[in-house]
Amino acid sequence: MLDAALCVVQRDLLLAWRRRGDVATALLFFVIVASLFPLGIGFEPNLLRAIAPGVIWVAALLSSMLSLARLFAADHADGTLEQMLLGASPLGVIATAKAAAHWIVSGLPLALIAPLIALQYDVPAALYPVLALSLLLGTPVLSLIGAIGAALTLGVRGGGILLSLLVLPLYVPVLILGAGSVDMASAGMGGEGQLLLLAALLVGSCAFAPWAIAAALRISME
Amino acid sequence: MLEAAGLDCVRQGRVLFRALGFTLARGERLRIAGANGSGKTSLLRILCGLLSPDAGEVRWQGQKIESLREEYARHLLYLGHAPGVKDDLTPVENLEVACRLVGISFAGKILEDALAQLGVPDDVPVRKLSQGQRRRAALARLVVSEQVPLWLLDEPYAALDAQAAATVDALITAHAARGGAVIFTTHQETGAAAARVIELHA
Repeated sequence: MLDAALCVVQRDLLLAWRRRGDVATALLFFVIVASLFPLGIGFEPNLLRAIAPGVIWVAALLSSMLSLARLFAADHADGTLEQMLLGASPLGVIATAKAAAHWIVSGLPLALIAPLIALQYDVPAALYPVLALSLLLGTPVLSLIGAIGAALTLGVRGGGILLSLLVLPLYVPVLILGAGSVDMASAGMGGEGQLLLLAALLVGSCAFAPWAIAAALRISME
Repeated sequence: MLEAAGLDCVRQGRVLFRALGFTLARGERLRIAGANGSGKTSLLRILCGLLSPDAGEVRWQGQKIESLREEYARHLLYLGHAPGVKDDLTPVENLEVACRLVGISFAGKILEDALAQLGVPDDVPVRKLSQGQRRRAALARLVVSEQVPLWLLDEPYAALDAQAAATVDALITAHAARGGAVIFTTHQETGAAAARVIELHA
């Protein structure tokens, strides 16, 4: 069972490596969107510092959305998704492995380059760890919730737009807690409360999302 | 070992078949024939559990397949209409993934040998192969699935040349001789001889 999950993660990472252009596109999108704001708003350091956490988090949400539409659609088109449904391990395990691979490719890099973006907003260096940690805890939740949406909209015409409408509202708690943790830390009150709640969200979605994704996939594959 | 009873299938308001039933014993080869759109693929998808029938049930060794799920999947090889190979992986990588998903062990050069038997180069990305070679890369799963009792093959002969079709024929015949069971669909008259036939008329 674990070998099948490991196999799916390895396969998806290998595929991402062979198509690294797609991965780079999502990352560049994040960097560019986040960099547009200082250019558009002008350099008023206090204002930039105040909006930084929110802007970086919104950019992260949008960038993680970009690759979601392909999460199951490509496997559906070439028939490999059927193989996974008919595999010897529970579909929930396979679905979690798909979401994990999505996170490694599209979420983890965001957490690593976010401090670089924060530099443009003159965010104090002391806040970098909080920002990175909030993204490390929050982006896996985005991948898991997003995978439910991707599974539900599989094979639907115009699924990409529908997927955004379906998933973005569900991202709101993650956005509020993620951006909030950095805000609280910058106000000198520490962001631990929000970070702990984010961690709780992560644990909760790890427990429930796999079954939701599996159920959605079975319905979509009918 | 496989039993279908009273299967109904209605797709988009069209009745594809009603009250379809059969039993399949060890060593049997069953060919499902019918024109395009007569429900051959739907029937296979029902038999492997990807699609639920509108009525009736499928039983594997006496138990309903919905209650067996992964347990049933272990006894099953399904080769769908789409070949189930990734364009960016090489045939050998594709075959390895397929084996690991169903828990087939592959030691030594089994995978390379399987691909060689079907005449597929094993280290070129599938993207660069022709349609027929892609199909063969998918069919290499048959070679490594000797231990899997039930084979469900959707159009295994599509896009194959005479030589590859003969190889597939030999694999199917050998599997039946070993005591496995094979159900396959074709719309042509080709395919492993002396098989039982179910005709679908939509």
